Amino acid sequence: MPAFILSRLLQLVPVVLGMTLLAFALARLIPGDPVETMMGERGIDPAHHAAMRHALGLDRPLAVQYLDYLGGVASGDLGRSLVTKAPVLGEFLTVFPATVELSVIAVAFAIAVGLPVGVIAAVRRGSAFDWLAMTASLTGYSMPVFWWGLLLILLFSVHLGWTPVAGRIDVLYDVPPVTGFLLVDTLIARDGAAFASALHHLVLPAIVLGTIPLATIARMTRSAMLEVLQADHIRAARAKGLTSFRVVFVHALRNAMIPVVTVIGLATGTLLAGAILTETIFSWPGVGKWLVEAVRRRDYPVLQGGILLVAGAVVCVNLLVDVLYGLLDPRIRHAAR
Amino acid sequence: MIPASAPSGIGDPPPAGASSWRLFRRNRGALIGLSVIAAVAATAVLAPFLAPHGPAEQFRGALLQSPMWMEGGSAEFPLGTDPLGRDLLSRLLWGGRVSLTVGFFVVAAALLAGVVLGALAGFARGLTGILIMRLMDLMLALPSLLLAIVVVAVLGPSLINAAVAVGAVQLPHFVRLTRGAVLAELGKEYVIASRIAGAGPLRLALSTVLPNCAPPLIVQGTLGFSTAVLDVAALGFLGLGAQPPTPEWGTMLADSLAFVQRAWWVVTFPGLAILVTVLAFNLLGDGLRDIFDPRLKR
Repeated sequence: MPAFILSRLLQLVPVVLGMTLLAFALARLIPGDPVETMMGERGIDPAHHAAMRHALGLDRPLAVQYLDYLGGVASGDLGRSLVTKAPVLGEFLTVFPATVELSVIAVAFAIAVGLPVGVIAAVRRGSAFDWLAMTASLTGYSMPVFWWGLLLILLFSVHLGWTPVAGRIDVLYDVPPVTGFLLVDTLIARDGAAFASALHHLVLPAIVLGTIPLATIARMTRSAMLEVLQADHIRAARAKGLTSFRVVFVHALRNAMIPVVTVIGLATGTLLAGAILTETIFSWPGVGKWLVEAVRRRDYPVLQGGILLVAGAVVCVNLLVDVLYGLLDPRIRHAAR
Repeated sequence: MIPASAPSGIGDPPPAGASSWRLFRRNRGALIGLSVIAAVAATAVLAPFLAPHGPAEQFRGALLQSPMWMEGGSAEFPLGTDPLGRDLLSRLLWGGRVSLTVGFFVVAAALLAGVVLGALAGFARGLTGILIMRLMDLMLALPSLLLAIVVVAVLGPSLINAAVAVGAVQLPHFVRLTRGAVLAELGKEYVIASRIAGAGPLRLALSTVLPNCAPPLIVQGTLGFSTAVLDVAALGFLGLGAQPPTPEWGTMLADSLAFVQRAWWVVTFPGLAILVTVLAFNLLGDGLRDIFDPRLKR
């Protein structure tokens, strides 16, 4: 097992280095000269310009500049935002928990609904429920997230008034940030009303973000179950006289879970892409909204550092899934060698 | 469903599309998907004749007018008008042109570049292959929409740049698929036979191996079409794609965001157009996959 983890870690090195190269290149590819951007539209004389370039280290060879950047990244220095002047890493750490909280609840919702739907659809293959569930999941899979969010806001927030339109919590609550996860922080502060408000704000965005994973999980579970239900050990279990509930939920589901777990784990990237849109619609102060605003404001250090951090997070989650998967299924661990 | 030519020997090339059309007609999902795509494409092509008004024509006297079946609506603007008094139906029809054209060029470019790079990585293993595949891994590690946003940030927001961004996002999928298919085919006996007969690498690639890698690429291309339509609309929605007054569906949604509460139709119809088009391509793609690979039939 340690060898398996080590080999996975080694495979990451070129990917992570490539990421830094990409982020570094991004800053060079952007049109415009950094000195002129800093000095504004007044313009400066060539001597002063050259001096500024030297002060910023822009006259050094690209390779040296890259190594310098790499050193900064390694020590946690990702530059400062052009707009707020705050360190990029600090800004990321304040918005990241909001995205994680939203994503975790969204995935929990997707699993809680998608798994049983997929199982029932497989067991009742060809029934009206199966047809309905698969049609709905194909529709959910094709859904433009930004439009879906708007429709739900229109229905539940505007017409029915059940949920708030935007934000994470009512402004009147002041919760001391401990973990950055409002559901946890409000519990730590023992503030029931604030917890309810945070939950209230979370429901609709989580449903919107969870829709595509839900559709994927339902489809994956159904096809994995269909395959497993034909296996010999299921026939044996039925022959032993076990109840069909036990056969389906204990003997079949456990094996059907293997491909489903992979899909859930590897959906991190899709989830983050969905989070960008969901957060924009619901004014959810997370990574997605932060990055979109950075593009609009041309805040390139934020964009540069942000993509590096997001990519790093995706890579870490994928590694975690890989390792967990190797733990669960010895066949994969051995095939990877 | 097993195709007629299923019991083929290992050395034969995979079955050609002789029985595919028969299978296709029996696949209801694929048939529905194709019909809807044909309908959307027809309305898009015929937009200049079907649309009651020009896509940018503004009627100052009819701002945010309701659809014709509602109170205050008129047959002149069947689906109502947007905040600038433009006919929604006309803009949707012209928008179909934008989405389908962009989708087509995105998929065609990504497919072409992907096949070339993938075949290169498959045939020329060694440094070239490794470099190509590592670069693709890198692109896959970033969330698709984020990668597209980064490309747009560098190039500047416009419809063309959004298309380039969306195409770049799709590229790795085609490269990996082609390389995998090439590697799988290269070991087969018909390829070895062709090589022994004296076929050079280019001939081997173009006339022997690649035609037999087509099915998964066709499926991926169809599904890629739906992703392209969706991603271009998403970029338009974020203000990073087509710029107003281009009648692009996502941009139309973003333009009328402030009027959601007063006029449900300005957001409902463009979104519905996106959903129907994407759904049709997904149906067709899923159906084609079942046809080409009956083992995966769900």
